[in-house]
Amino acid sequence: MVGMTTAESFVLAIGTKKGLWLATSPDRRQWSFTGPHFLMSEIPSIGIDTREGRTRIMVGVRSEHWGPTVAHSDDLGATWSEPEQGAVKFPEDTGAALERIWQIYPDAQSRPGVVWAGAEPISVWKSTDGGEHFELNRGLWDHPHRSEWGAGYGGAAAHSIVVHPAGETVHVAMSTGGVYRSLDGGASWEPRNRGISAYFMPDPNPEFGQCVHKIAGDAAVEGRLYAQNHHGVYRTDDNAETWNSIAEGLPADFGFVMLTHPRREGTAWVVPLKADGERIPPDGELAVHRTDDAGSSWTRLSNGLPTGEYNSVLRDAASVDTAEPAGVYFGTRGGTVYASADEGGTFQEVVSHLPDVLCVRAAVVAGA
Amino acid sequence: MPDSAVGDIKVVLPSVLQPLAGGQSVLTAPADGPVTVGKLLDAVTSDFAVLGRRLRDETGALRRFVNVYVGGDEVRRLQGLDTEVAPGQEVLVIQSVAGG
Repeated sequence: MVGMTTAESFVLAIGTKKGLWLATSPDRRQWSFTGPHFLMSEIPSIGIDTREGRTRIMVGVRSEHWGPTVAHSDDLGATWSEPEQGAVKFPEDTGAALERIWQIYPDAQSRPGVVWAGAEPISVWKSTDGGEHFELNRGLWDHPHRSEWGAGYGGAAAHSIVVHPAGETVHVAMSTGGVYRSLDGGASWEPRNRGISAYFMPDPNPEFGQCVHKIAGDAAVEGRLYAQNHHGVYRTDDNAETWNSIAEGLPADFGFVMLTHPRREGTAWVVPLKADGERIPPDGELAVHRTDDAGSSWTRLSNGLPTGEYNSVLRDAASVDTAEPAGVYFGTRGGTVYASADEGGTFQEVVSHLPDVLCVRAAVVAGA
Repeated sequence: MPDSAVGDIKVVLPSVLQPLAGGQSVLTAPADGPVTVGKLLDAVTSDFAVLGRRLRDETGALRRFVNVYVGGDEVRRLQGLDTEVAPGQEVLVIQSVAGG
């Protein structure tokens, strides 16, 4: 969806450590909030499905007491539904139990019923009924590398899914394990990490085992993806066969966020943190960095952001919308969410003092 | 809710879970002899699948911070889900003190 008419508005969903907040806005400046939904449950994943004119909000919910589940709402959070038997449920033969949904990813417009999910333990799931029931991807679950995949601090999870709009290519990133690619719609998977460093391993250039924090696809260039690694920012132009550093020009190569423009070639955003051992904005100065040339150069964006910010921004606590110009949104572990209606040129504080922000998603919707 | 028969086993739910049991605070399972906690939970959640998933994961294991008490003891200190419950006994489901 490009541009905005009077019939369109914006939805912003904020998943936190203790619940979900939803906001709507006619102009991306004035926001009306509801919440907390799911109070005292964390919301680590959100998907907003706007395909075929619907507005379905899907959330991964996890209670420390009552476990994980997936719920969805078709009325902007007024009511929520949860399948009786659960949307994501490990088959009995796996002996596994779902810990947390890390990613909910509506597929391309051309596959309107398909929604993907990434989960902990490391697994990828696919729904063909709009996110109500998911099926375990056996190709990845049965992968011979599984026993060697590890857990990052947040848990062992498949946290990034990039499905290419045309064809059958799917990229998944996991911590730790790195990037895996399927060329057959998820039936089989191969690691694709050449060029991505794993400095924390005895062999810093292994076939797999990297701690890739986030990947995102370039909407306009087939085969181009970007990665924010556990130290290292990379781009591939050959469908992940090789990755090359694009960190030059950034104040730090650590961070969790990687966003790409919904349409425009070469545009991506990161939110650098100082280092693995110093997970704060460099010098306490929070800033987003954007490239418009696929990583050859970076522009520091901090208009409207505070000075003296010592909270980090987690991998899914950032999002873009599909308007023109694109909106950029992110939240901190200190519970503040910022929004930009001009691709990061100027940010505005949307809300503050929420619990730790785990996930942010924004969308242009009809009405609301 | 009708009075329980003498041999029934009552499962008392915390208030936060009662909406998942049709608003009931106590679920009752008939028993003509001892049953395990696992079988008891199967019985009382058979009509309330979401409630069942809140208590146990898909492997059948009790969730980490869900405590089930039989005769005043938490079942993890007894025989876990194999702990036997006699007709007429009451079983308490209580969330543990957890979270921040």
